[in-house]
Amino acid sequence: MSSVKAIVAGHGTFAEGMLSAIEQITGRSDLFIGVTNRDLSAHDVEALMRDRLATSGASVIFTDLPAGSCTMAARRIQREQPGMAVVTGVNLATLLDFAFHVEAGDEHAVEHAADRGRASLVVTGGPRGA
Amino acid sequence: MALELYRIDDRLIHGQVVVGWGQPLDLRFIVLVDDEVAGSDWEQELYRMGVPPDMDVYFDAVDTAATNLSRYQDDARRGILLTGDIDTMARLVVATEAIRRVNLGGIHHRPGRTQRLRYVFLAPDEEVQLHDLESRGIEVTAQDVPSARPIPLDELLAGNGS
Repeated sequence: MSSVKAIVAGHGTFAEGMLSAIEQITGRSDLFIGVTNRDLSAHDVEALMRDRLATSGASVIFTDLPAGSCTMAARRIQREQPGMAVVTGVNLATLLDFAFHVEAGDEHAVEHAADRGRASLVVTGGPRGA
Repeated sequence: MALELYRIDDRLIHGQVVVGWGQPLDLRFIVLVDDEVAGSDWEQELYRMGVPPDMDVYFDAVDTAATNLSRYQDDARRGILLTGDIDTMARLVVATEAIRRVNLGGIHHRPGRTQRLRYVFLAPDEEVQLHDLESRGIEVTAQDVPSARPIPLDELLAGNGS
């Protein structure tokens, strides 16, 4: 049985980089599959994502950018599969939190991870701190 | 002219458009011209969700876009007009005779198309349509992001994807 719980999809090597970081920190990159939209049409991004969902059994899609073609594709799929969760604007903290909570069987892992991702954005220093 | 770019991009609204072009050009509105999207509330909502709240999106079929084009061109804000394919842009060009430049931003692989650039694949009939646009005095270039060099049509059609 596949250990994959989620797809990470985005521009360029976004997913590859995220999975590399997850592996380095937790050793659990096997929970995710990466998808890139590089050089693909909107139709092909959606087809690739459908294929990865079907073969892995993942029920969550994390994407990098709200306006991105991966997000558009994920939302088109979600229309037919409303039980699937789509989280956009993800960062490493989001994915790490998801990895730990989904493995623990937390049914609220997606919401928890999104909260952690939002909270991880912190500004220190800069002009206002001068 | 308020419309900064007339772009053919089969992804329509996506990151390269909203962020890649949107931020450096300070775009405040997008005109999405597509007969299918113009007839679907769900598709329109999908695309609206992808843009920041300070950016408006207007949906038109080719005929309503032709009617509304002068209003978009006179808008005090900067905007971009998008079509998902060459045929839609060509129909709009013919209907309005008010478009002077066309940007090829993303036409991806499908059967029957030949790769010309990393992000441009063209079928023979599409190449004829682009030549026809140029013969009408329209400047046709390929450029995926603002920092890239605009590639003229002749150079584009001589390319092999490298």
